Amino acid sequence: MAGYLARRFGQIVVTLLVFVTLAFFLIQAQPGSYTSFYALNPEIEPEVKAQLEASFGLDQPLWRQFLSHLQNYATLNFGVSFGHYPRPVIDVILERLPRTAVLFLTATVVSFYTGFLLGKTIAWRRGGFMEYTATVSGVLLFTMFTPWFGLMMIWLFAFQLGWFPLGKFLDPSLWRGSPVDANMVFTSMIITAMAWGLAVLVATLAARRWAPGNEGRVVLVGLGMALAAGLAAWWLSGVGHLAWDILRHMALPVGTLTLISFGGTMLLTRNSMLETIREDFVTVARAKGLPERTVRDRHAARNALLPVVTSLVFSLAFAVDGSVIIESIFSWPGMGRTLLDAVLKEDMPLALGAFVLLGVMTLVAHLIADILYVYLDPRVRYQ
Amino acid sequence: MTVPVVPGPGVSGGGPGGWDFPEEAAVPGRFGVQLARLRVAWATFRGAWAIFAASRIGVIGLVIIAAFALFALAHPILMNTVWDRSVYDPITGYGFDEFEHPAPPSSTHLLGTDSLGRDVLSQLMSSAGSEFLLGITAALVTVVIATSVGAIAAYYGGVVDALLMRLADIIIMLPTISLLIVLTALFDLNLMQLALVLGILAGFGGTAIILKSQALSIKVKPYIEAARVAGGGHIHIIFVHIVPNLLPLSLLYMMFTVTGAIFSEAVLSYFGILNIRMSWGIMIHTASTGGYLLGGVEYWWLIIPAGASITMLCSAFYLVGRALDEVVNPRLRRQYDA
Repeated sequence: MAGYLARRFGQIVVTLLVFVTLAFFLIQAQPGSYTSFYALNPEIEPEVKAQLEASFGLDQPLWRQFLSHLQNYATLNFGVSFGHYPRPVIDVILERLPRTAVLFLTATVVSFYTGFLLGKTIAWRRGGFMEYTATVSGVLLFTMFTPWFGLMMIWLFAFQLGWFPLGKFLDPSLWRGSPVDANMVFTSMIITAMAWGLAVLVATLAARRWAPGNEGRVVLVGLGMALAAGLAAWWLSGVGHLAWDILRHMALPVGTLTLISFGGTMLLTRNSMLETIREDFVTVARAKGLPERTVRDRHAARNALLPVVTSLVFSLAFAVDGSVIIESIFSWPGMGRTLLDAVLKEDMPLALGAFVLLGVMTLVAHLIADILYVYLDPRVRYQ
Repeated sequence: MTVPVVPGPGVSGGGPGGWDFPEEAAVPGRFGVQLARLRVAWATFRGAWAIFAASRIGVIGLVIIAAFALFALAHPILMNTVWDRSVYDPITGYGFDEFEHPAPPSSTHLLGTDSLGRDVLSQLMSSAGSEFLLGITAALVTVVIATSVGAIAAYYGGVVDALLMRLADIIIMLPTISLLIVLTALFDLNLMQLALVLGILAGFGGTAIILKSQALSIKVKPYIEAARVAGGGHIHIIFVHIVPNLLPLSLLYMMFTVTGAIFSEAVLSYFGILNIRMSWGIMIHTASTGGYLLGGVEYWWLIIPAGASITMLCSAFYLVGRALDEVVNPRLRRQYDA
């Protein structure tokens, strides 16, 4: 296990190096340089031009430039954004990274969980109307043109029905004169959600330990209590309505992204489950007289989970791309929108910084999924 | 129909160091061999087609693809016969007969016009052609690269294998759309360049890994051993004996590459960052920047046909891929015992 993780970690370092090198060569591949913009301006003295070049390190040999580029990226110094001048790139990114992470993580976790749940159910009851509908809508969701789907969701739920705002991160009129800034509220929301997740985990483990057989009820009570505590804390803090505003803006993008990834997971679970059901150990479990539910959840689904998680690991990059697209559609000011805006404004430092950090996010998600896989599949652990 | 023939010992003999038949005796013999090959190929194809047709989704996919292909082929014909170029050109045309643009569907413009007065149906049809061009180019590039990489990695093993597979691991972790967005900031990508980039990414990435695992199982087959004993060189064995056997599986991944390529092009065009003059993505981009999106049903012809076309063509290739999967991968075949 330790060896496996060490190897994975080494791989991640190499991959990061490739990312950063790619960023360097993308800059080099451009005609001219950051300073050539000023080259034709007769008002700028040659000395000033030389100084500008020196400040970008462009008078150095290429390998020196590459080394300082590596050093800069290793210390998260991505330079100054041209579009948000004079804010440093890392400042812009740190503001927006949590927003993308939340969008991407919530959608991935929720779609995976529900997709798996529905997939195993329809595979168990093969044939019939429900399976047919679920399969067809799964294929549709899986192949749906994402921007179009996003636009349709906006049109239906935000414009026609008016349930959610049309896009963006918050409603400025609510925030005018508020004592706290949006990022602080958002960070507190993330902390609340994480604390709640931790409470659920503790409750589940405690229930397994002390109240076997009654797990469901105990977890539900623990979950409810933690949720109530969190909500009460927000109510008392006085900025609850602001958090609610962000949540309302979050609902539609997260929902859309969830639906998009949901189809693939469901179809895959169904296929994997159909293969597992034919295995001998499922027949044995049935022959032992175990209840249908136990056979399905503990014997069949547990083994059908493995290929689904493998594909999740492979589709993470795709999911990150999905959040980039969704962010642009919903004007959600996260990394993807930052990347696109930076590219449209030719703000290369910000674009490359955003790209590298999106890559880092993918890698971290990969590592987490890999660790999860080691936990799920004992065969990997003993290698 | 090109059906990859399984070269077995004796069938695909010849080559340097193979059996040396006298030429006179070989000619009728070779002809017979070719005939037998064709017959085997035909039988294989019919068997495969039966499995393919048994899963209805594949046939549905094929029908949709064929419909779009006809659609694409009809465009140049219509442009040269019925449609006046100054009115119906997908990029520069203008519907003089309407007072207001976007105009709703009418007898002259079957799907209406867009906000710039151009015929939507003509745009839709001309884009179908470029989507096919893009998808097929990307898929061909992918297949050429992925089969070579897979076969070479499996055949040589060791350092070559490790290098190629680590490269593939890295490419899998690249968020493709984000990378392409960054690339468009630096280069004006046109359709062919985009196809090339997508093909290279898919070819060195996931497809190579899958084809390599298949190539590993081919490498240990007796006929590879036989070819080696007969004196076949490395290159000969890789490209004459391993690669043809990878082709069925790579055909399958071609389908998925086409889906991915059309999707990526549509997304990037929707963002308006490609150097492409007309495509389904650009049609939605035009509607969106013109502010016609939230008109919803009122301006449906601006957004629904293009969006539905992207979705349908992507799903069609995906469905064909899924059906081919059942042909290539016997474990997935439906069992009739249940």
